[in-house]
Amino acid sequence: MNLLAIDFPPVNHLFDWPSILFEGTPFAVNKTVLIYLGSIIVTMVLFVLAGRQNETLVPRGVAHVAESGVNFVESSIVMQTMGADGKRFIPFLTTMFFFLLFSNITEVIPFIQFPANSRMAMPITLALLVWLIYNVVGVRSQGFFGYLKNSLFPPGVPKVLYLIVTPIELVSTFVVRPFSLAVRLWANMVAGHLLLVTFAVLSATMWAAGGLGFGGALFLSFPMLILMTGFEILVSVLQAFIFTILTAVYIAGSMHPEH
Amino acid sequence: MLQLLAQTGPGEFAEGLRAIGAGLAYGLAAIGPGVGIGLVVGNAISAMARQPESAGMVRTTMFLGIAFTEALALIGFVVFILLQP
Repeated sequence: MNLLAIDFPPVNHLFDWPSILFEGTPFAVNKTVLIYLGSIIVTMVLFVLAGRQNETLVPRGVAHVAESGVNFVESSIVMQTMGADGKRFIPFLTTMFFFLLFSNITEVIPFIQFPANSRMAMPITLALLVWLIYNVVGVRSQGFFGYLKNSLFPPGVPKVLYLIVTPIELVSTFVVRPFSLAVRLWANMVAGHLLLVTFAVLSATMWAAGGLGFGGALFLSFPMLILMTGFEILVSVLQAFIFTILTAVYIAGSMHPEH
Repeated sequence: MLQLLAQTGPGEFAEGLRAIGAGLAYGLAAIGPGVGIGLVVGNAISAMARQPESAGMVRTTMFLGIAFTEALALIGFVVFILLQP
């Protein structure tokens, strides 16, 4: 019985998938890309089907899901951060929330079991898009110099402190924000995937070892795996929510400057 | 022990140091955010208990606070992955 001789795969093997189609070109398709295409299609189908349903007092089926999603984004993201002016961002935020939710939740769907956002490409692309949007919104609502003045020289600070505050604000608003937004989503998904893989490998190895390992797998590592799967469902929803609400907070910050 | 050390090649020693560094990077990076998230959630709970009608707003703000605090721990986790041999 060798309980401690566990073959844990190298980290790269868990996240690198071989190309299936168009190998060698920039358009190569692998599992991650397939998951992204799938979540784009699911998001589009959800809202197109919901939109085609005739307007009734009580929505049913798909329309019910879509309407409660829009309602959720409106009441607990947009109204809490941007107020009534932000209602024009509801379509963007809702689409982004559902897309992120569907590409995160594949982490716990049997036979897929890979969170597509644990590759950096899509989080950093979305974060750069958000960076572009909040800067454009800031320039459009306050003018170029007004936006720079309000974001680099926050009012209500003693004049001498601007020596320290301005460089910090410059770095944190224009450099660190998109980076931390992307890293938050990506690292959470990587951590969740590693956690699930660890407990799955542990269960399989202990089960294969036999003897005391049966008990260990049955009463320790496998219940832990089920518990962690539940926890990862929570994390997937929460990370989609947090990415969306931080986007809303950043847009709100450049739309209504602090006085 | 000394004999064991004498047997290891120079590359193995560096790899061992790397593993220790990776472990320390994550462990140390988790201390501050651990305390911070505890403070955020604890205060959010006492706010919700005092004013249950404002629970929705407090919960949203709590998640925001958690997200900002958690970023530091996640950067430590990223360093941990980058230091893997």
